[in-house]
Amino acid sequence: MAAVQDGQLNLEVEKDIKTEITNDGSGNINASSSSPGSTSSGGKSKSPAGSGEDQQTLLAVLQFLKRNKLTESVDILRREAGLSADADDSPVSESAGAGSGGVPSVGADGGDANSLLSRVSIATPVAPPATAPPKVVAASGGEDQPDVNVVLSAYSQQGDPVLYPLYYNGLKKFIESVLDCHRAELSQVFYPLFVHMYLELVYNNHENEAKQFFEKFSGDQECYYEEDLRILSSMSKKEHMKGNETMLDFRTSKFVLRISRDSYQLLKRHLQERQNNQIWNIIQEHLYIDIFDGMPRSKSQIDAMSGSLAGEGKRDANKAKVFYGLLKEPEIEVPLDDEDEEAENEEGKPKKKKPKKDSMGSKSKKQDPNAPQQTRIPLPELKDSDKLDKIMNMKEATKKIRLGPDNLPSICFYSFLNAYQGLTAVDFTDDSSLIAGGFADSTVRVWSVTPKKLRRVKSAADLSNIDKESDDVLERIMDEKTASESKILYGHSGPVYGISFSPDRNYLLSSSEDGTVRLWSLQTFTCLVGYKGHNYPVWDTQFSPYGYYFISGGHDRVARLWATDHYQPLRMFAGHLADITCTRFHPNSNYVATGSADRTIRLWDVLTGNCVRILTGHKGPIHSLAFSPNGKFMASGATDGRVLLWDVGHGLMVGELKGHTDTIYALKFSRDGEILASGSMDNTVKLWDTLKAFDDVELDDFTAATGHIHLPENSQELLLGTYMTKSTPVIHLHFTRRNLLLAAGAYNP
Amino acid sequence: MAEERRPKQCTVVLPTESMKAMAESIGVGQLQEESCAALSEEVSYRIKDIAQDALKFMHHGKRCKLTTSDIDHALKLKNVEPLYGFQSQEFIPFRFASGGGRELHFYEEKEVDLSDIINTPLPRVPLDVSLKAPKEQQKTESTEPLKAVKPGQEEEGAIQKGQGATSAEAKGKKDGLMRMKPRSTHELSVEQQLYYKEITEACVGSCEAKRAEALQSIATDPGLYQMLPRFSTFISEGVRVNVVQNNLALLIYLMRMVKALMDNPTLYLEKYLHELIPAVVTCIVSKQLCLRPDVDNHWALRDFAARLMAQSCKTFSTTTNNIQSRITKTFTKSWLDDKTQWTTRYGCIAGLSELGPDVIKTLILPRLTVEGARIKAVSDGPVVSNIDKIGADHVQSLLLKHCASVIAKARPLPDNVEQYRADYGYLGPMLCSHVVKARAQAALQAQQVNRTTLTITQPRPTLTVSQSGIGGSGGSRTPSIIKVPSSLTLMSTRPGTPTQPSPPATKYIVMATSSGSSSTQQVITRTSSSVTSTVASATSTLQPLVKLESGGSGGLGGSRPLQKYIVVSLPSSSSLESKSGVLPPSSSASPILLEARIKVDCSDSPGASTQSPH
Repeated sequence: MAAVQDGQLNLEVEKDIKTEITNDGSGNINASSSSPGSTSSGGKSKSPAGSGEDQQTLLAVLQFLKRNKLTESVDILRREAGLSADADDSPVSESAGAGSGGVPSVGADGGDANSLLSRVSIATPVAPPATAPPKVVAASGGEDQPDVNVVLSAYSQQGDPVLYPLYYNGLKKFIESVLDCHRAELSQVFYPLFVHMYLELVYNNHENEAKQFFEKFSGDQECYYEEDLRILSSMSKKEHMKGNETMLDFRTSKFVLRISRDSYQLLKRHLQERQNNQIWNIIQEHLYIDIFDGMPRSKSQIDAMSGSLAGEGKRDANKAKVFYGLLKEPEIEVPLDDEDEEAENEEGKPKKKKPKKDSMGSKSKKQDPNAPQQTRIPLPELKDSDKLDKIMNMKEATKKIRLGPDNLPSICFYSFLNAYQGLTAVDFTDDSSLIAGGFADSTVRVWSVTPKKLRRVKSAADLSNIDKESDDVLERIMDEKTASESKILYGHSGPVYGISFSPDRNYLLSSSEDGTVRLWSLQTFTCLVGYKGHNYPVWDTQFSPYGYYFISGGHDRVARLWATDHYQPLRMFAGHLADITCTRFHPNSNYVATGSADRTIRLWDVLTGNCVRILTGHKGPIHSLAFSPNGKFMASGATDGRVLLWDVGHGLMVGELKGHTDTIYALKFSRDGEILASGSMDNTVKLWDTLKAFDDVELDDFTAATGHIHLPENSQELLLGTYMTKSTPVIHLHFTRRNLLLAAGAYNP
Repeated sequence: MAEERRPKQCTVVLPTESMKAMAESIGVGQLQEESCAALSEEVSYRIKDIAQDALKFMHHGKRCKLTTSDIDHALKLKNVEPLYGFQSQEFIPFRFASGGGRELHFYEEKEVDLSDIINTPLPRVPLDVSLKAPKEQQKTESTEPLKAVKPGQEEEGAIQKGQGATSAEAKGKKDGLMRMKPRSTHELSVEQQLYYKEITEACVGSCEAKRAEALQSIATDPGLYQMLPRFSTFISEGVRVNVVQNNLALLIYLMRMVKALMDNPTLYLEKYLHELIPAVVTCIVSKQLCLRPDVDNHWALRDFAARLMAQSCKTFSTTTNNIQSRITKTFTKSWLDDKTQWTTRYGCIAGLSELGPDVIKTLILPRLTVEGARIKAVSDGPVVSNIDKIGADHVQSLLLKHCASVIAKARPLPDNVEQYRADYGYLGPMLCSHVVKARAQAALQAQQVNRTTLTITQPRPTLTVSQSGIGGSGGSRTPSIIKVPSSLTLMSTRPGTPTQPSPPATKYIVMATSSGSSSTQQVITRTSSSVTSTVASATSTLQPLVKLESGGSGGLGGSRPLQKYIVVSLPSSSSLESKSGVLPPSSSASPILLEARIKVDCSDSPGASTQSPH
């Protein structure tokens, strides 16, 4: 065993040298200092045991560094290895004398190690050593799901299974003994270590040890990892690991930890002293430690951000610029003035109207610096009917109630009766005239909630008889006989989990367990297209706010962007580690947010297909997302009953709203963004003061840069109201154009 | 703490016995223990895996309950064929059985006869999904009237107000949320509304004949439960109003309604006691129940109500609601108060003494001396007021009446007047004579056999005595409808041996009566059974049960001569005997009720028309 370890150590050293060389090329000296020393010093600490080989290697490294004039690295390495300059000077001079002798020996060693290295690089194709962050980002950005066997073989390294609990316990004792400020940060290591040690044990067929290990330490883990632990606990055999997706997630993606430099040094030193190679290997191979300079974070700061399946998002992942501003509204001049004049004449309040119109005009004319270019992605042209709708919208907007803490919206609850627990999705049209419901019995039903009934277009034969020149041709094409308050759309062969109206109310999208997304016409009430691409249940779908595009996401962990006239997806957004549970378009249609069962939210750029934000902090699968109307903020709700608020531009969590006791299925900002409404399985609708929530957060440069934010504990102050239903879970919320809140759910007797 | 939350997760696997059973079920016998263990681990892992996937479907289905279809979908994800035949919406159709130290869950699969399925009419189509929204956005607060209108209905939609949501608008919103549940459950059909109107009018109207019929209907009709909340509110409101107006007659009518409701075997009043008990207690202890307390006989009402109270205590008192002890406490407290008026005092004592000899023994007997002194002060002292004097007299006779029988049983025989005076003070001598009388009567009854039926001819003590106008009317109503010859009822048990129960003897009394146009034949079944104890308070056994059974096919057709069998269970003779001296209420009341009941059965009352013939 010792031989194997030695070999590995050498190999590590070699690897480090290699990376240093690459770093040298990129001039990134600083990064190299963090980890190579550790392994080499691990070797050093062994030197008393007699193996001069290690010492020699170390010296060779030093020599190599010196030759490359990396004096700084030499100093650091020496300091870390605990070699005094004098102490090492003499051997160096000694070996310098035998320079030609020493180097070849290392070379030979290196030759041996090179073969090992190549093996390792096969074994860890995704993960170059943690020493080169830029490379990691590049690699993980394009990471693929590697072959299962290759992934698993990474666990083949054999340690003594009996020692695992000892290792773990030793680390636990150490972390418990460190200073308070470091303890919270270092405690983050526990969970990934625990997982990987357990998996290693299982992989190497130490079933009983694995069980004992699990029983002994699973209780120590943070409670929000409970669900993953449950999955983990069911895996007790090597064969189980092959098909298990969660396992693959643990393996293929490095668990990301953010640790301050000081804390990291502490940990490193401890592991070196104890020669805790097993743990060190795991940290090297399976963990990505994102080191930052500055104060260690507090427990609450860490807890706020952790909880996701694969640790926190890397800081670099959230650095890309996001154009979160809104697109310029197209100008529709003539009719608006007409309407306004009419309104003025009717109400006789010209003074009040004037400034409003001005503000609206100025808003639309000024180009928001944060907004994407108007033509960044091609958007459909406005049709006449769309313009008409926009005018209606503006007219309504003038009658909008200004909400606030003192002026809460009225809530109108639409309850679905006799749904027999079968209601799975609801959507309202933007003008609140139609309601669609998706049901577990595969049907989609559309209701009209205005006196205007739903009518079908006449059949082709009848249409030919119509006088096409007449003024009311649009009225004539409708079949009066089919008028009814609701229509049922049949086509899916599984529960309908997602549903979305197109902004122009001509189409309806539905996604289902059968793996298809269907586009329905609300003129003929027939299915137009079935989009096949997801092979597994499609959990959610949504139309772009400008129509034409739509997004879908499901069990296959890939979100797809479609255009209604293409039968294949335009973009595929891959990266989530578990089911995509909800999908939302940014108001400017240039970005798409997806929430997942891996407890992260990702923001994708529609243009490039890149993931531009990874937001972590939820402790359960995310089931609802909502963008604020100005596009700047986002809210997300999960099974843990918490609503988190995010600043999209900075990629930061800016608020946490606690109060719900069950999964939050519905989130909606009011039309002006002052109030956030959340609806949950706990049969309540809650209203939150978002203006205050966003105001309370002070964003200085430091927090913006590091993302270490102190969340104010002010959920109770922000909660404006709780409204209970008797026994109706709230599964959809919608603000009408006048800021009346509509809620929907199925009565559950 | 964390460990408590997560009980040993990784060790939970299926037992190997299950593997064996499953293997056997598919025809593989002789599975080795090792393979069982390996299999069980594998199967457990797969099951957990599937269950975790099924949970996803549950979450996305926006439910809190895992259904079999979720599991089917999870299987589909894994490319496994779903399990067919477990399509149950509501619950997982496994049954549990245990025996022989083994616990077993099994799926109940009954053999189904296809022809049965084909021949049975199709079940009703389940209601289609519908969307409901509040009709109007309510801004006003209308919750209070809604609550008040529907009695007995739990307040629904307990809306909690969040912080800061105190504006009137918020209330309006709550209302919008509240009105989701259709409030149709307690609505009455038109017929029921008519019936309710008729009955309540008759019960408080002036016509005694109608009243008797109405009460009879209330006491026997099996379909009244929907109207129960209304009746209960009617009574409680009625008592409240009429106590204030000192309308004795109406109070009596209302108490009779309570009695009738209690007598109805198909009604269970427990949910409405919160309205009924206050009404009844009001009639027992109210300071004033009539306009002229010196003349009117409100004492009878108090007696009657006290009996009702005792009966409901017996029927409904449980360890959780503690009705009896609460009532006892209430009575005792106001009785012990010195300032209590004689009327209330009378009510308290009546209420207590109706609760049974045990209560009398423990609560009333020790107070006899004090009470005697108080009575003496009124009767011997200067005449303060006539009312007080009458009150004291009534209290005195009440005490004598109730205590005598208890003392007669409890006290050893030599009845010494002086001894009594020493023990019970002022009331002692009178008590002594009553006790002696009671003993004599008991002895007399022990000798006489089967004089029980005499009670039928006895006047109703409660209601006939009460007031002019009400009283006597019951008696005037053709009391000869059933004449039960005493000779026919001789079939009763030997009262001398109460401890030895004899099999219930049944006697059929067949007699023809003509009522209305149709000649009917009635069969009266009297079942008298012996009671093991001679406790005077056997009220519960005295509930006369009248069953109407239509013999012919055209049960309620009025034109045809129809045959009716009326089964009446009468109180046992022994209990009657023991109480005949003190005129127990129910024993004497029951024949009259019996009479009234049969009357209703013969005529077609509105209640009878709604009830289905069995």
